[in-house]
Amino acid sequence: MAAYLFRRIVEAAFILLGISLVTYVLLYLLPADPVRQIAGRSATQETIANIRQQLGLDLPFYEQYWRYLSSLVQGDLGRSYIQRSEVSELIAARLPASLLLMVAAIFAELVMGLTMGVVSSIRRNSATDQSLMVLSFVGVSAPQFVVGFLLLYVFAAQLGWFPIGGYGTFSHLVLPAMTLGFMGAGWYSRMMRSSMLNVLGQDFIRTARAKGLGKARIIFRHAVPNALLPIIAMIGIDIGIFMSGIVVVEAVFGWPGIGQLAWQAIQRVDIPIIMGVTLVAAFSIVMGNLLADIVALFVDPRIKLK
Amino acid sequence: MSAETDQAMNQRAILDVRNLTTEVATSEGSKTIIDNVSFQLAQGETLCVAGESGSGKSVTSLSIMGLLPPSARVKSGEVLLAGHNLLTLNDRQMQDVRGGDIAMIFQEPMTSLNPVMTVGAQLVEAIAAHHGLRGSAARTKALEALDAVRMSESKRRLVQYPHELSGGMRQRVMIAMALSGNPKVLIADEPTTALDVTVQAQILALMNDLKRDFGTAIMLITHDMGVVAEMADRVVVMNGGSIVESQAVMNLFATPQDSYTQKLLEAVPQLGSKQGEKVESEAGKPDRQAIVEIRDLTVRFDIHGGLLQRPVKRVHAVEQVSLDLFPGETLALVGESGCGKSTIGKSLVNLIPWTGSIKIGGQEIAGLSSVHMQPIRRNIQLVFQDPYAALNPRMTVGELVGEPLIIHRLAQGGELTDRVAELFRRVGLDPAMMDRHPHEFSGGQRQRICIARALSLGPKVIIADESVSALDVSVQAQVLDLLDELQAELGLSYLFISHDMAVVEQISHRVAVMFLGQIVEIGPRDRVFENPQHPYTQRLLDAVPIADPARRRTDRVLPTGEVPSPIQSLDYVPSIARLTDFGGTHFAAIEQEGAD
Repeated sequence: MAAYLFRRIVEAAFILLGISLVTYVLLYLLPADPVRQIAGRSATQETIANIRQQLGLDLPFYEQYWRYLSSLVQGDLGRSYIQRSEVSELIAARLPASLLLMVAAIFAELVMGLTMGVVSSIRRNSATDQSLMVLSFVGVSAPQFVVGFLLLYVFAAQLGWFPIGGYGTFSHLVLPAMTLGFMGAGWYSRMMRSSMLNVLGQDFIRTARAKGLGKARIIFRHAVPNALLPIIAMIGIDIGIFMSGIVVVEAVFGWPGIGQLAWQAIQRVDIPIIMGVTLVAAFSIVMGNLLADIVALFVDPRIKLK
Repeated sequence: MSAETDQAMNQRAILDVRNLTTEVATSEGSKTIIDNVSFQLAQGETLCVAGESGSGKSVTSLSIMGLLPPSARVKSGEVLLAGHNLLTLNDRQMQDVRGGDIAMIFQEPMTSLNPVMTVGAQLVEAIAAHHGLRGSAARTKALEALDAVRMSESKRRLVQYPHELSGGMRQRVMIAMALSGNPKVLIADEPTTALDVTVQAQILALMNDLKRDFGTAIMLITHDMGVVAEMADRVVVMNGGSIVESQAVMNLFATPQDSYTQKLLEAVPQLGSKQGEKVESEAGKPDRQAIVEIRDLTVRFDIHGGLLQRPVKRVHAVEQVSLDLFPGETLALVGESGCGKSTIGKSLVNLIPWTGSIKIGGQEIAGLSSVHMQPIRRNIQLVFQDPYAALNPRMTVGELVGEPLIIHRLAQGGELTDRVAELFRRVGLDPAMMDRHPHEFSGGQRQRICIARALSLGPKVIIADESVSALDVSVQAQVLDLLDELQAELGLSYLFISHDMAVVEQISHRVAVMFLGQIVEIGPRDRVFENPQHPYTQRLLDAVPIADPARRRTDRVLPTGEVPSPIQSLDYVPSIARLTDFGGTHFAAIEQEGAD
């Protein structure tokens, strides 16, 4: 197990290295000039050159990248161009909010999606099944800002059950988590439905019935654990999808997470922040995958560590 | 059967099925799949329900158990268990019957157990459902059940998962689970079909013991007339959803009444069918040039693991096998699963890496790139086991048969069509069917298509890897006849890979018996079958069910062990058994006094 973890972490390091390079190249090729953003419209050529030199942006690409990497391995993500503070501090201040939202959203999507999927599969082709699948289709296809505004309108503005926006308490969390989880719920209900139907057609379900087990036991003890196996791997990948959704949802609900930080940074070509947020996001995706694989290891006895 | 015995029968019948009719919903309305089926099963009796695929034998058992798929339903009839009609029970009541009064085991022990639950947990839940036992009491009972089916190391099995057990052990678990509810009736649906023949013999013996010890009535569903002859007290023969004949086993085999039963019994390959018949062995003739020469063929696969994915274990699939295949002969490679017989077939067409030497038509193929292998492949073609999986469902059968000709640039346009039509005629298919897709054909027809495809390049050698194993016996017989005809016409050589000794006896000139990657015996068919030298060959032949109840063996002592594994540690050096010459090209891997 230790050897396996070590190998996966080394793999992760290489993945992050690759991502940092790709992101850096993209930012370098971007026609927008961060120095002009910092200096403002009225700055003289001299000031601009000064700032450029200060930030090391006058150096050739490989040298810039090398500098960035060297400080990165020491845990230094650099300083924001605009906000003039450490990127690691900026991210650390906002990461907990995003992680909280993400965990809540994953919880919401799994509870909604898996329940819908299981119900659909055991009521296959019924009216319940069909309406749930229509709902899941809406979930998959509705843009998140629409869902977000809809939930805000109904549950915050009209009914007043939840606050309109902000951060701090559990009731602040509910609507953003639901919005973020709604799309995933659509996905998971479809995946879980087909996974369940597949499992319910297998020989060991027939064995369970032939043993005289009750319906509930067959579904929850035999079918669901097997149906979950392919889903678990999906959850790891899902974190990546969340990372893009989080930018929109944080904006709609005024949620002080790294999504907002990234959004502002992109507008101002604040390269250190963009790099930092990208790497943190990539890191959480890689870790999410690793976590999913480890969970699968415990759920499925057939998987051997490779 | 007289009226008196009929009545006596009814009285002690534990299961009485009367006029059972089941239908299935299709897009063209409902279709009857079993029609007016009636039979009785008495306590302590084994009733075999025999028939080919689609005869309705499995549907009958599922109808009794109330386990039909949602699209099917029992239309009429009665299923009386000790006088109570099961068809009137609701689902909750049926739960107590299933696994309680009637237990069932299935064909595929590999997939019939839940892969993510331990064996113990699966046994315990069956026990909990019918005895209300929990905790250590249930575990004790589970252990007893495993001991009752003579499971080795039963205590350790409780915490193991199904994938850690062999097929035979899994079927023992299934039987233990079925017996844990003390059923009056055990329905066994092809319980040994997926198992090796020596394991099959063990499981059948076990079922007989259980019948004797517990008085369980057994309804055994099988397509294998050998199993019927070994096991049955009475037999019900089904065809097309109806019972065509019902007789005591001796009478059925001695004087089958129905024409279908007669045909079925005729088609069954019988071990010993060629007894006393000498074969003209090509191998024995001087100056014959072998078409395939294999020398010291070794195939090993590494199993990787650990931090750097270095090899940690090694599969010794084939170890230093040498053999020759002569023009116009059929050499059978027999052995149980994992013995390496299919691996040899794959090596011959360079589908896997191997070491040693293989010459085809005198040309060494070791290390040949696929470009240089291409012309040699024309001479050596494969026909696989599963004719359903071996044909691309999106191509027409004409395209499938013609594809090799296109790949090898041998024909196109009108000539291609003509040659494909000729191939269709040669394997007994109507060329007018060329534009159809594989799903429109039966299993036997599909296997003919596969053979036509293999023949398209005019090969000298055909590797038939379990090519008739998936077919019903009547179809199997036809395909074997076709192979014989083609050999006579075209002078083909067959490497006939099979686990079925009766089929092998019927078709082969020479036989090579494999065990753990090595040939333990090789020789002319008559010598190997009538005078087997190696203990493994003897065991293999002894385990084959004989399709003749008059020759039923009740006092057999069966080895209980499992076939050892070919997976070994990296430093393992296999000991290569030396073959002793028994004369007349008959060799076996045993030391013989006086032999050189």
